Amino acid sequence: MAALLEVADLSAYYGPTKVLHGISFSLDEGGITTILGANGAGKTTTLRALCGMVRSVGQVTLGGEAITGLATESVAKRGVAHVPEGRGTFTRLSTEENLRLGAISRRDRDGVEADLERMYGYFPRLRERRQQQAGTLSGGEQQMLAIARALMLRPRLMLLDEPSFGLAPLIVQEMFRILRRINEEEKVSMLLVEQNAALALDLADTAYLLETGRVAMSGPAKEIVADEQVRRSYLGY
Amino acid sequence: MELFLNQVFSGLATGSIYAAVALAVVMIFLAIDHFNFAQGEMAMFSTFVCWALLDAGTPYWLAFILTIAFAFAFGVVIERVLFRPLHSAPVLSHIIAFLGLFFILNNGAGWIWDFTIKPMPSPFPEGSISGLISYHQIGMIGVVLVMLALLFVFFRFTSVGLAMRAAAQNPESARLCGISVGWMIALGWGMASAIGAVGGMLIAPVVFLEPNMMLGILLYGFAAAIVGGITNPAGAVAGGFMVGVLENLVGTYIPFVGSELKLTVALVLIVAVLMVKPSGLFGRTTVTRV
Repeated sequence: MAALLEVADLSAYYGPTKVLHGISFSLDEGGITTILGANGAGKTTTLRALCGMVRSVGQVTLGGEAITGLATESVAKRGVAHVPEGRGTFTRLSTEENLRLGAISRRDRDGVEADLERMYGYFPRLRERRQQQAGTLSGGEQQMLAIARALMLRPRLMLLDEPSFGLAPLIVQEMFRILRRINEEEKVSMLLVEQNAALALDLADTAYLLETGRVAMSGPAKEIVADEQVRRSYLGY
Repeated sequence: MELFLNQVFSGLATGSIYAAVALAVVMIFLAIDHFNFAQGEMAMFSTFVCWALLDAGTPYWLAFILTIAFAFAFGVVIERVLFRPLHSAPVLSHIIAFLGLFFILNNGAGWIWDFTIKPMPSPFPEGSISGLISYHQIGMIGVVLVMLALLFVFFRFTSVGLAMRAAAQNPESARLCGISVGWMIALGWGMASAIGAVGGMLIAPVVFLEPNMMLGILLYGFAAAIVGGITNPAGAVAGGFMVGVLENLVGTYIPFVGSELKLTVALVLIVAVLMVKPSGLFGRTTVTRV
């Protein structure tokens, strides 16, 4: 498989403080890669650096095109959909308006209408709530809305930042089932950042382990999950 | 009774101008979180452009449309040149920039077109409906209502309108959706400037055209925006009409206010609302967890 995303020697800064120290990784077309790590390891920062949301240096190529240093909106227009930490809901807009915003850079009107229906197919709850103010949705519904909004872009690559955060276990399971289905049916590549390492390793095919802004370990998810130290530190058994 | 109705109607008419100015102020506030003190001067400057076009023999409604186009471009340019570089600057820098813009436009207009008072023609016929409300006043209210309806349709049903609302609400998420937030802010400035220009052109036949004509009106516009809730465009419009009527009634029925202390009413209103209900009548209270 060809690499869709290639990251080489990526460093990121918050003000003068360097928080990512030259990490490198790649993501296969159609694959799911997860980045694991403790709080403050730089997982969210990695995603934000890819989208031009923090100051960064290094090389990032998407499908062969360099996207380092591009403005956030330009990265989005190249087919990278970021489901941000905290969900990024437009709380005072309706559910449907939120979804339409995901597709706002697209010009194919009919395709957008069809995708809207498809999203309501994946997430029937969102159809029930389509005219409701998005801020009044429950946490789980808002997370589904965030994923659906990202999919409305017809992305080549989806960046998911802690999609399980603050959700009930049953809802988390349902969401991960839907993510797998989306990956298989729509061939969307995914880069997943998760605290819930067991779930993430189950969904992903490749995993990277970050420790204080550096890649500490990487490999197929199946091997990482079998690693003694990872089991003890991140999986808790 | 006739006096009362007369005052209410003329209050609604001037109120429509306050509503337009308040709406312009609210649009900029939603985009950049600051009051634009130069909003009135931008409107005044555009009104002078309209006057110059009319003076050169342009038909009224053509001049009206051209002025709106000028005001829009003017607003966009001001944002790009002056406020874009300031976007992360502290609030004081913004205030100084607003004041600078205020004086540049105020004196610039005086320098180009002279400080003498000029009569501005009205596109509406002279006379009134049985002495209660003049045709010009009806025209003012009508034009502002049409403009509001157009704005409502724009924000509610077009994708650019949706993108602008998204950019004002959650800039970071908007960028992630591929929206260029910087240009949405510039567009907001352009639209606010155009809205103000409409207000200026409509009020100029009443107050006469001169560089200081918008001073009092901007103050009422601020009062309207604060009464209605600075975060709520529809509230600001309602506030505009309310302030217009209130101003007239207080001036007529409270003897010591008269016409000299009318402007004080706006200031009293601003202070009172900020003390009693800081979010305004229709505003949202923002709660921040610390």
